[in-house]
Amino acid sequence: MTASPGGALLVFAVLTPVAGILLSFALGGRAAERITLALAPIGLALAGFIAFLVARSGAPLVYVIGGLPPPLGIALRADGASATMMVAAALIVPAAAFYARAKFATPDGVAESRGALTFWIMLQAIWAALNLIFLGADLFNLYVALELLTFAAVPLVCIDGRPETLAAALRYLLFALFGSISYLLGVALLYGGYGTLDIVLLGERIAATPLVWTAAALMTAGLLAKTALFPLHIWLPPAHANAPAAASAVLSGLVVKGSFFLTLRLWFYVLPALPMAAPAAILGTLGGCAALFGSILALRQPRLKLLVAYSTVAQIGYLFLVFPLASAPAGGALGWSGGFVQVLAHAFAKAAMFLSAGVLAEALGHDRIAHFSGAARALPLTFLTLGLGGLSLMGLPPSGGFEAKWLMLRACAASGQWIWAVPILGGGLLAGGYVYRILAPALADGVVEVKARPQLSRELVALGLVGVALALAFAPEGFFEFIQIGRPLAGGGAS
Amino acid sequence: MTPPILAGLVGAALVGFGLYGLICDPHPLRKLLAFNLVGSGVFLVFGIVARRGAAAGFAFDPVPQAMVITGIVVAFAASALAVALILRLAAASGKVTLDPRAWTKRDDGGAR
Amino acid sequence: MSVLPALDVGLALLVVGVAAWTIAARNLFASVVGYVAYGLLLALVWVRLYAPDVALTEAAVGGGVTGVLLVTAGKRLDALASAEVGVPPGRALKILAGALAALVAGALAWVVLTLPSPAPSLAPAAAEAAAGPGAGLGNPITAVLISYRSFDTMLEKVVLILAVLGVWSVGADAAWGAAPAPLRKVRPDGAMILLAQFLAPVGLLIGVHIFWVGADAPGGAFQGGALLAAMGMVAMMARLAEPPRIDSRKLRLALVAGPAVFLIVGVAGLALADNLFAYPQNFAKPLILFIEAFMVLSIAVALPMLVCGPPNGSPK
Repeated sequence: MTASPGGALLVFAVLTPVAGILLSFALGGRAAERITLALAPIGLALAGFIAFLVARSGAPLVYVIGGLPPPLGIALRADGASATMMVAAALIVPAAAFYARAKFATPDGVAESRGALTFWIMLQAIWAALNLIFLGADLFNLYVALELLTFAAVPLVCIDGRPETLAAALRYLLFALFGSISYLLGVALLYGGYGTLDIVLLGERIAATPLVWTAAALMTAGLLAKTALFPLHIWLPPAHANAPAAASAVLSGLVVKGSFFLTLRLWFYVLPALPMAAPAAILGTLGGCAALFGSILALRQPRLKLLVAYSTVAQIGYLFLVFPLASAPAGGALGWSGGFVQVLAHAFAKAAMFLSAGVLAEALGHDRIAHFSGAARALPLTFLTLGLGGLSLMGLPPSGGFEAKWLMLRACAASGQWIWAVPILGGGLLAGGYVYRILAPALADGVVEVKARPQLSRELVALGLVGVALALAFAPEGFFEFIQIGRPLAGGGAS
Repeated sequence: MTPPILAGLVGAALVGFGLYGLICDPHPLRKLLAFNLVGSGVFLVFGIVARRGAAAGFAFDPVPQAMVITGIVVAFAASALAVALILRLAAASGKVTLDPRAWTKRDDGGAR
Repeated sequence: MSVLPALDVGLALLVVGVAAWTIAARNLFASVVGYVAYGLLLALVWVRLYAPDVALTEAAVGGGVTGVLLVTAGKRLDALASAEVGVPPGRALKILAGALAALVAGALAWVVLTLPSPAPSLAPAAAEAAAGPGAGLGNPITAVLISYRSFDTMLEKVVLILAVLGVWSVGADAAWGAAPAPLRKVRPDGAMILLAQFLAPVGLLIGVHIFWVGADAPGGAFQGGALLAAMGMVAMMARLAEPPRIDSRKLRLALVAGPAVFLIVGVAGLALADNLFAYPQNFAKPLILFIEAFMVLSIAVALPMLVCGPPNGSPK
């Protein structure tokens, strides 16, 4: 394995936010906010340039850290999927940062405040951790990335310090720690079996032995706990609903996708030698159940933020249909594309909806759906964003959500796995129900008391994000070729 | 029995005890202790792998041992964060339970 | 049966027994005390696995520092004895959890006992790298941590900083900037102070020594830093020293020094050795000791700050 030209950029994509964390922590106060905002263009440029290099060469971009190749050293590797996710993170994290400026400005008269310092540093840490998760090519290095993500995400949940947020954060932490340690146990077994943790080398060496099956089960269970896949989802709604809106947007839009991405890496890159039918069916079934149960629970929530959080539980479910669909001999590429469009569509739509829910809660002083009568007239832009986000969650055209479901249904048809059409279509109908629950009272007659006019710039940030979710419906053919770069074909061998 | 085999059995038992405690014990601090038991069981598995990999004049494979050192420090940091959350939760609410039902009543509509 | 195997079996049974006790004990504090004893026993297991570096870390961090953390927490929770605890799970869940735990433990034991022979190992590769363009370090674990897998080690220090900030962030808004509460409320008696006055300087010397010899002998930044941290905590428990204010610039700089120096040297590697996180061959060893010195500082400061908890009281 040798480094590609420009491969050093991969390390810088991780090191830039890390340097931001260290500087912010040392300087403290307002510097943390300024540094985070200054990182935004740099991070976006790095992600964009990495994507450009991957697209130009049509092959993964590799960097060997310290010049010492695996198995002894560590490599970073960007393929089409990682570059796509990095660009998504580089759009959503800065959007959340821009939105959060009003809430997390350091107040006048103090040198530094608890909430502001925590928020800005942890946001940068989430960015660093996600970039490493997308780029990591060594399973232990990825363990460190997962821990970085946990330590960054948990304090964001309880940033406002109410007891129920502390309980939500603690529950999240315990689930996440269980997830990490279960993953790490699998890593230990794989090292014991093969003497390397490099994903490419493992992919070449692994055979279907009891050791590998045990390791795969442990690592998958750990990653599912972190992704909040049904039935390990109970920590997610209180955690995502209690965090400040800007943090919820990042947690729901991106953070749960980090561990999902590693589940994909594990099964499609590390374990292509395992017969995939049974595990794919299990993961698909859990995903289907999540899509249905999550939606039903969302229908019953009295508060908007809780509803949006339960919708995340449901939408995560669709992601796991990628396992049966992309591992099928026919239509695998369609299933893979469908999965990634769903990841992106949900990331942008959900981030936009959480930001809108934050605008709404600040404007009305509450987020109880029953008291929304007439709110759409008072906050038209915010309800437009919620409606368009809902369109994508339902999977109606024109939206990324529709594109994702369309690709997945075509993959179902190509591989003859019609059973997965049930959650895809059923979940869409239920999503229609919970989106209707938000919009119907808001569009009805009534007068709401607006306690504070929302800032136009914050509403526009949310609208911009939902615009990306819709624009995915018009993704050109080249985009689908791009996300296939570096994807190993099921049953061994890299394409 | 050689130390690696013994340590393997000990590691497996620790993971089992810890997992049971993590699921069943309602007190978060005891869940944390259980998590640490699982953690040390996992580290022992690394230790066995390292000892079995003795070669080239080394009594152990240094790579998994180095990973354990990294892991111990991370596990400690996690424990410290959990302890801080538990103590603050107990002080702020008089409750140290994670039962979601205990927290649903005091819902203020999330006006933040 | 000779003496050593019998001792091994005894040690193994003891470790498992104490672990079972921490799970089964009815009383919270008894369970905490059981865990602390367990951490110290575990260090012995590591010695028997030919892992002196891990044993040092386990004794200092797993036994010592974690012990103080948990005992302090147990005491503070006991003081809030009225705290409402959740209900224990029903019998069905207990049986299910027991079955799951037994299944996982059984599968794990079986897989570990049937690990492939000869075992795959990176020891030959590490030996070759140390002799070749590697860092010229006699302790292969230090070489793995600071050279071959330096990226992990640097990021793990960032995890420590996030943990410190996370702990601080659960404090009250009004207390931000203040120092954490002292580790002990009451002033200790003369014996404790005398012990700390004697122990702390000796421990300090041993800690520095462990770091210094760590390049070639067992020891290194982690172990040395952890021992220094433990001595700092002894001094704090004797109230010979108090936790610093969290907005102190010196404290912040000490915490970021390790990862920051590591990052800067790593990036400089691109110019000096053609690769990020590579060391120029001729002065690899001094550079590594330079990085490690700052890491010792950051670890020695971060661990006690994690134990001390969030800021407390008034910032002024």
